[in-house]
Amino acid sequence: MIQLETAVIRRHLPMGADYRLLEMETPRISDAVRPGQFIHLLVPQSAGLTLRRPFSVFRSESGRLSVLYKLVGVGTAAMQALREGDSVSLMGPLGNGFPAAAAGAFPVLVAGGYGVAPLYFLAQRLASKGRLFVGAATSADLLCLDDFRELGWPVTIATQDGSVGVAGLVTAALDAWLAAEGKGRSLEFFACGPNGMLKAVGGRAIDRGDKGWLSLDRHMGCGAGACLACVQKVRKSGAETWARVCKDGPIFEARDVVWDEPGLGENKP
Amino acid sequence: MTSPTALPFKTDLSLELAGLRLRNPVMVASGTFGYGPEYADVVDLNRLGAIVVKGISLEPWTGNRTPRLHEVTGGLLNAIGLQNPGAEGFIATYLPFLRKYDVPVVVNIWGRAVEDYVRVAERLSSEPGIHALEVNISCPNIKEGGISFGTRVDLASQVIGAVRKVTRLPLIIKLSPNVSDIRPFARAAADEGADAISLINSFPAMAIDIETRRPVLANVTGGLSGAAIHPIAVKLVYEAAQAVSIPIIAMGGIRSAQEAVEFLIAGASAVAVGTATFADPQACLRVIEGLEAYLVRHRIASVRELIRTVRL
Repeated sequence: MIQLETAVIRRHLPMGADYRLLEMETPRISDAVRPGQFIHLLVPQSAGLTLRRPFSVFRSESGRLSVLYKLVGVGTAAMQALREGDSVSLMGPLGNGFPAAAAGAFPVLVAGGYGVAPLYFLAQRLASKGRLFVGAATSADLLCLDDFRELGWPVTIATQDGSVGVAGLVTAALDAWLAAEGKGRSLEFFACGPNGMLKAVGGRAIDRGDKGWLSLDRHMGCGAGACLACVQKVRKSGAETWARVCKDGPIFEARDVVWDEPGLGENKP
Repeated sequence: MTSPTALPFKTDLSLELAGLRLRNPVMVASGTFGYGPEYADVVDLNRLGAIVVKGISLEPWTGNRTPRLHEVTGGLLNAIGLQNPGAEGFIATYLPFLRKYDVPVVVNIWGRAVEDYVRVAERLSSEPGIHALEVNISCPNIKEGGISFGTRVDLASQVIGAVRKVTRLPLIIKLSPNVSDIRPFARAAADEGADAISLINSFPAMAIDIETRRPVLANVTGGLSGAAIHPIAVKLVYEAAQAVSIPIIAMGGIRSAQEAVEFLIAGASAVAVGTATFADPQACLRVIEGLEAYLVRHRIASVRELIRTVRL
């Protein structure tokens, strides 16, 4: 059930580079939210914005919910002004969330940049430990690695500038591990990041015959399935149709996603 | 001497419009409230004046490619392209849900040709639980027709007259703002037997990404809605009210009771909240409460006394 709740800001911390952590007291939504779901945040009205802003949930415990965000535009710029004790309106929990992990499959989490946030929430709630692969442009874009290590998860890093870990895309690191350790194993992929990464990871899952759950991000309007702005082409019962990323997603099985919109599933230079 | 607070002033928000009994004059606008279930967790649908569902065509329609939505200063550009499950899909999937509520259900309909409008109107008219049809002759995002009906009086008359012949449901005609004079369109609706007109639909508009020099929307152009269009809508409602005596349902940039009251004074009998729902799903409820508070504050016994009362 979708709820509207006035959340009180409890912590608002810089996370390096353009990243921020926003922790809010929001008991009803925090109790209900599951990994992969998101909240729709109403940026303070002084910003004069028409739409809420969606954020995947990074942590949720004891009535408090956190999101990790990056300064990317006018909405997040206005959010910087939020201080401890301020209130914001949240709508949530929204979206379908990740499904329960398949019994017997080894969880492989693949994150691009701050796409690591919902995967951390998932790792916290998964019954069995898996492995995290995380790709980022530079070392400054690597987040939450200590959180994963505290959970006891092995982490493999790739940076495009080669400053940490494997130099290149996260799929290069993933492919090396799959070749060495993936043979004959039942894996289950969970991924969140740029479209190019999602398409590539989904392709690995499909090729191996494993399940791959992709967390899609599209420009959203209402967040509740009403406006039909954030649609994604999917296969359903053999036919291609639009799914609402906010309501029918944001988590989709790799086989169902049709990557034929211009610019989707391509790596930007 | 009695205290003025001893008897709280009571005002009446109810009214009859186009044969519909509304508990208040605040509706939710087509395309911004889905088909009913989407916001039902956070809005008690029984508190609304009416629900106007997203546009329905006879056959399912896939709509435009993405991106379909873009936030601009003071509003929103959209080019959804009227994606909808078609009449049968709506009847099977959503109408049973809507029938559980005690709220007038207005179905917005559209087509690419007069015959399409006629057939979808006929099909929906045979279903219980639909209380009125809103005929969309003004969508800016469909190349095949839509706005061309709304910007030529002869075509508008043709489609309204044809739909009128096949349904006994109250007919509301949704007008385009993209005309040099709204009055002939309002008159055409009245002359062809419409029970009410609704205005305004969104304005054709465009935004460009200056880094790529490409249009932001996949459809190149879209419809502008939200706060920015409100004063234009007030003017058009005012002008339409001079031209016709059938009721007017006004929409365009309502965010609070302020804009709703303005519309009623300008000549509307009811209003619809649209884009504001995205930021605040309960905007429609705030408008109802604010409207009631306004009437009490001004000691106006019924909202009906506010309609068409602009002082020139």
